[in-house]
Amino acid sequence: MMVQPRNLASRVWVARIFMILFLCLIMFPFLMIISVSFRSGNFATGSLIPDTPSLEHWYLAFGLPWENSDGTITDPPFPVLLWLWNSIKVAFISTTIILLLSTTGAYAFARLKFRFKEHMLTAMMILQMFPAVLALVAIYSLFDKLGDYVPWLGLDHLGAVTVAYLGGLALHIWLIKGYFETIDNSLEEAAAIDGATPWQAFRYVLLPLSVPILAVVFILAFIATVAEYPVASVLLQSMDNLTLAVGSRQYLNPQNYLWGDFAAAAVLSGLPISVIFLFCQRWIVGGLTAGGVKG
Amino acid sequence: MAAATEQPASSPLKWLAWGAIAAIDLILLYGVTLMYAQGETAFALVIVLVVCSGTWVFISAKGYNYRYVYPAILGVSTFIVFPLIYTVNVAFTNYSSNNLLPLERVKEILLSKTYRIEGESYPFKVFQSDNQYRVVFIPSETEFLVSQPFTEESEPALISAKLQNTIPDGKELAFRETIKLRQLLKTQDVKLPSGLQLSMISLRKFGPMVDIYRDIGGNILQDVRNGNRLIPDFSVGYFKEVPAYFEGELSEAESVGPGFVVYSGWDNFTRVITDPGIQGPFLQIFIWTTLFSLLSVIFTLIIGLLMACLVQWEPLKGNGVYRLLLILPYAVPAFISILIFRGLFNQNFGEINMLLNLLFGIEPEWFSNEFLAKTMVVIVNTWLGYPYMMILCIGLLKAIPGDLYEASAIDGATPWQNLTRITVPLIIKPLIPLLIASFAFNFNNLVLIALLTGGGPNIIGATVPAGATDILVSYTFRMAFGQYGQDYGLASAIATFIFLIVGTIAWVNLRVTKRMVE
Repeated sequence: MMVQPRNLASRVWVARIFMILFLCLIMFPFLMIISVSFRSGNFATGSLIPDTPSLEHWYLAFGLPWENSDGTITDPPFPVLLWLWNSIKVAFISTTIILLLSTTGAYAFARLKFRFKEHMLTAMMILQMFPAVLALVAIYSLFDKLGDYVPWLGLDHLGAVTVAYLGGLALHIWLIKGYFETIDNSLEEAAAIDGATPWQAFRYVLLPLSVPILAVVFILAFIATVAEYPVASVLLQSMDNLTLAVGSRQYLNPQNYLWGDFAAAAVLSGLPISVIFLFCQRWIVGGLTAGGVKG
Repeated sequence: MAAATEQPASSPLKWLAWGAIAAIDLILLYGVTLMYAQGETAFALVIVLVVCSGTWVFISAKGYNYRYVYPAILGVSTFIVFPLIYTVNVAFTNYSSNNLLPLERVKEILLSKTYRIEGESYPFKVFQSDNQYRVVFIPSETEFLVSQPFTEESEPALISAKLQNTIPDGKELAFRETIKLRQLLKTQDVKLPSGLQLSMISLRKFGPMVDIYRDIGGNILQDVRNGNRLIPDFSVGYFKEVPAYFEGELSEAESVGPGFVVYSGWDNFTRVITDPGIQGPFLQIFIWTTLFSLLSVIFTLIIGLLMACLVQWEPLKGNGVYRLLLILPYAVPAFISILIFRGLFNQNFGEINMLLNLLFGIEPEWFSNEFLAKTMVVIVNTWLGYPYMMILCIGLLKAIPGDLYEASAIDGATPWQNLTRITVPLIIKPLIPLLIASFAFNFNNLVLIALLTGGGPNIIGATVPAGATDILVSYTFRMAFGQYGQDYGLASAIATFIFLIVGTIAWVNLRVTKRMVE
């Protein structure tokens, strides 16, 4: 029988009340932003449940014009759905490439023997600590020059951002390599004895066993790319090419403060990503505890 | 394992692969020739290197094992290693918005400058057919000097004109429509058959123009109007205008813009150390960056560990729901949460001040008071970061054997004793590398600062814009891409300094991790 302290019940109650208070504090911004998105006007104040709920900001967020009560028409200030689409395009393509390259790379580091392997691994470990933020000037000039030869890789093209994110794969190589090493390689050895090439052993034996970690890496890399701000803000300029992370900033300019419109756009664009994350949180938590990822 | 390096691929597949490699190589080599022709020798060399090593890895049997890592290594070198080296390189130049182009390009710009000379002026008409325009001069009733066509999208250019005896096709534009085209017409210079070069000098006339400067060799230009010379001063990266016979110091002569890029040695670094308008803010920002990262790690760890313990505590039911809700700040993309807080903390319309006003009758100035701004940054970052720490701690807590707590319960230990005597000592060791990584992450947390405060409130007396909540990366970010003059050289010098710090952190982390494994 489990030994229980005498005052357990009171302790549970204290913990429960503390937890609920803490959760209120944590949830406050989310509840507030949802409430703000249903208020009319951009400067309206009021209680948590709006007195006169209005779908004004939601119409604008979906790119539909809104007819005010006095008959005037408000046009959507920013192309939010286009930005969301840009973000998804960039994130999907670069994440797929990152996953392909880091999986094959991790396989080589975990299973194959070659010269300089240890050195390369150490280099990767150190390099993943250097975020792209530190070399923005160089990245800017690199794509400025690349654009002279390959137009779709030039400044203000989504292609440039997609390619720039490939530098992030050092991190994922470590994560996947760690997972590969937990898988016993006797299966692959058996396959090799039967005449399988390293590629076949990788493709038909190891890969099917690693689907969970690949899913985790895909989701983490996808979210990290969608939320990336510095590189995109430097490389992209025209309104129609912005990603969501860069574009959202336009809402809260001191000269043009659109708090209500922002609220609806934030809920609209944040919701899908958050839902995917929460849906997969069980696996993500497992993957994260296997190796540190996002600080 | 992996003894079979020979790949017994069927031969059509092999030929297909070789064909693909050959095609990629050909395209890249074509690019290399283009680059070499444009004088980008360094770029061309790097690509040749990539082509050669890549081809070897994918063709040779010895390179077989490298095939798996080659693309990844290539990606990392191109987008991490190369930018790092390039940044250090820029730190030793005067690259900035005033000195943006190489010497050759600046020379071209100066040589293309023209001025108007005395001489006959030419009244003109514009003819339009479809979307093409032609400038036409009519010296006599039967002669028409007709220019090459150009469109609204045409780049600035020198177009030639031919003499013909018939009116060109299309309709003649009325004066009012010609005025509408004046911006376009100003960019198109016309070269007559006689060789005379004309530019638009008024709304009705073109006039003869000639180049101001001529190249007299050795990168020296001469002003044809007064014989003054432009000599490049490589110590500052500007052309200096001096009289035809000049014996004095170049540095005292007047500079002519635009400037060009030169290596300026340690200038940017000495500026950081000696210029009081940079040195003061730099030190202040450096201290704040370290403090901010430390506080973020400490607060997120405390809250994360506490919540992990609670969530893992069995008597507290509904743990799954609690965990789900607690992870929420991590699930929402950071840029959205940060902007939400930016709005909530707003001085006048923000909900937080409204609440504080209601409860305590205060309205703190979150964005203009230095201390409050810093407090806000730490609060928001703790909110953003604790779920990650919680996730890590949950993983580590699961590894602690439960009988330890049972034993302590028999001895009548308090929860506090459990925490300090059992939990913390057991998880601190694997946690340390993760804490170091988290410190490094926050050290470079540009997104938070850029989106929440933008660095403000500003530090008074700074030469380069600097703010009280600026961390080193956001300081360099503003220096390089801010609104007030872009100083890439100085920004890169400070970035180089950050490299050293991050490198040290990475090395320490590696050491700690290695010791853990052993």
